[in-house]
Amino acid sequence: MKKLMLGNEAFARGLYEAGCKIVSSYPGTPSTEITEEAAKYDEMYAEWAPNEKVAMETALGASIAGARAFCGMKHVGLNVAADPLYTAAYTGVNGGLVIAVADDQGMHSSQNEQDSRHHAIAAKVPMLEPSDSAECRDFVKAAYDISESFDTPVIVRMSTRVAHSQSIVETCERQELELKEYSKNPQKYVMMPAFAKGRHVFVEERTKKLIEFSEKSSLNRVELSENAEFGVITNGAAYQYVKEALGDRVSVLKLGIVNPMPDQLIRDFAAKYERIVVVEELDGIIEAHCRNIGVNNVEGKSIFGCIGEINQSVIEEKLLGVKREFTELDENVPVRPPVMCAGCPHRGLFYCLKKLDVTVSGDIGCYTLGAAAPLTAIDTTICMGASISGLHGFNKARGADSEHRSVAVIGDSTFMHSGMTGLVNIAYNNSNSTVIILDNSITGMTGHQQNPTTGKNLKGDPAAAVNLEELCKAIGIKRVRVVDPYCLAETEKAIKEELAADEASVIISRRPCALLKYVKHNVPFKTDVDKCVGCKACMKLGCPAISMKNGKAVIDHTQCVGCGICKEQCRLGAII
Amino acid sequence: METRSIMIVGVGGQGSLLASRLLGNVLLAQGYDVKVSEVHGMSQRGGSVVTYVKYGDKVYSPVIEKGEADVVISFELLEAARCLPYLKKGGKLITSTQQIDPMPVITGAAEYPADLVKKLSEADVELTAADALSLAEQAGTAKASNVVLMGVLAAKTDFADELWQNALEQCVPAKFLELNKKAFELGKNAAK
Repeated sequence: MKKLMLGNEAFARGLYEAGCKIVSSYPGTPSTEITEEAAKYDEMYAEWAPNEKVAMETALGASIAGARAFCGMKHVGLNVAADPLYTAAYTGVNGGLVIAVADDQGMHSSQNEQDSRHHAIAAKVPMLEPSDSAECRDFVKAAYDISESFDTPVIVRMSTRVAHSQSIVETCERQELELKEYSKNPQKYVMMPAFAKGRHVFVEERTKKLIEFSEKSSLNRVELSENAEFGVITNGAAYQYVKEALGDRVSVLKLGIVNPMPDQLIRDFAAKYERIVVVEELDGIIEAHCRNIGVNNVEGKSIFGCIGEINQSVIEEKLLGVKREFTELDENVPVRPPVMCAGCPHRGLFYCLKKLDVTVSGDIGCYTLGAAAPLTAIDTTICMGASISGLHGFNKARGADSEHRSVAVIGDSTFMHSGMTGLVNIAYNNSNSTVIILDNSITGMTGHQQNPTTGKNLKGDPAAAVNLEELCKAIGIKRVRVVDPYCLAETEKAIKEELAADEASVIISRRPCALLKYVKHNVPFKTDVDKCVGCKACMKLGCPAISMKNGKAVIDHTQCVGCGICKEQCRLGAII
Repeated sequence: METRSIMIVGVGGQGSLLASRLLGNVLLAQGYDVKVSEVHGMSQRGGSVVTYVKYGDKVYSPVIEKGEADVVISFELLEAARCLPYLKKGGKLITSTQQIDPMPVITGAAEYPADLVKKLSEADVELTAADALSLAEQAGTAKASNVVLMGVLAAKTDFADELWQNALEQCVPAKFLELNKKAFELGKNAAK
């Protein structure tokens, strides 16, 4: 059946058709929908793990047990899962193991723009890279065959444009596979030095065989054009931009296997043309490889650089010297950055932090938007969990003065992912740090995924729920309290008291995300124009539903959910 | 047929995903190769969002660049102004007249430009401005502005009405179907 599918949806279809049995992932844009879609097939067990390392170890365990297994993550998630990955490269697999890593060229929703191909090269694991949804489905199935034929995990690299573009996919039936036999084999699965030495030899031999495979595989494709002015080597989404911009003016070598690369195929292709241009997003990995194998008529990064996305217009401009014409208004169009939604429970908390002028060690989630105007409350954001451990280091460096005027903020899902260990460090190594867990009962930024604190699993069925208060106490934090961030006075009082205390404390700022379906919205507020004097106290909250019109505050009834923090803020009673 | 491009733009949360699904469905039923590119994640939180829809005999790039779109449909007036450069000269610009202040306007760091409908009508494009919000509320909910604008698009393009009706039936949950069909009709009539 022909269907329009997101790349991620097609990826999940590939898992289904390939007979994958076990799926364990942690959400992260742009990878999340692979696992959400996989969960819709009853033939596969699918779960959200607390983080990517746990997910990958779960998938590896399932593979060793004999099942085809999968784990998915965004690029930075692969850093978290790098530890099991680099050793899974040695153990190899029993049932096939496929890993999705989704890079975010252009940083649409990420804290860095790292190129995951480096991980595949460093871990010595094959990596495939599809260019559209149909290839996502096909490459996943090919990845399982490679995994089992060569005894290796296989990474399939996605990118924002491939993951989040819909294109046509023709679906097939599922291939149902029996579990492979499991037999104890410590030389393969117990990676202590004596055995690991043997497996390293195996890995190097495997890479040689994979290069031979790569030379002949149809996943790498040469598209020759009689009129070609020059040759292009490309991969992933960039292939589509090349085809659109250059058509049959060039011959193309499309690399579907980006690690290991087919040396002879590249040499033969490059020998046909005087000029070879490598069009690859982010780092110049293919280009550097060409030079390494003695192909020196290549250009790439000197033309395109290694920042952000490439597209057809960039290629037309850089390679053909064509600039497109367009119409523009002679007008300053203000930017529209993302904001916390109207009714977002994080808003009240950040308003209090801003008011108290404390240093805020931030983390990854919707609440990173607390760094934006007008709240501008956050001082640092690095990676998942760094708020808590970073605050501990900050306080160890600056001492008591800092301890009484700095906090960490971290969401419920991020705390489960990698905040807990930082809190253990605070308790164990005794810093008087104040940690605020923003418990909105969901993983928000990636689009509402369940997590170990929500009481539901990926399929929406009831599951064990971590009790955050008890967990923090068990870790050794004696001062643990819960506040409702819709109540500004209570929240401000709690922050002040915990900062003043002479021991570590945790404040749980608890209120479900306003976008959750089960959250009942109140009647929207409006302003009493006779009472409003235009003091703009309500504007300091940075609520997208409130704006000033003719010197008076106006509340947009289509956005307001009646959270009431503006009403609490208005001393004149003008918000009703 | 050469590749054609339609861009759907608006503010995160206005329902551009449903609009692009409807359109994608219509184009697929029409027998075209189709690509629809969406942005998920942080940008959805009240920021500018764009969806690219491309169709033809064979579509390569899923993204639309400046000077490329045949049609731009905007759910918000300022976003229409922002995305005007993506339109081909003489292309069709369909916009809701709804205005949502972006944060720099809310904080007073910038002003919402005045008289945008007039300025856009003077540009080298074919402008259709509709009060999609009022029409959606007339249909039953402000949230149906997206479907109202799809109605406007339907009136400005020549895909069979049956394809749109089928797409609505496939993409909209049954209990909201009548409401959305009404919103679609109101948009279509407003464009005539």
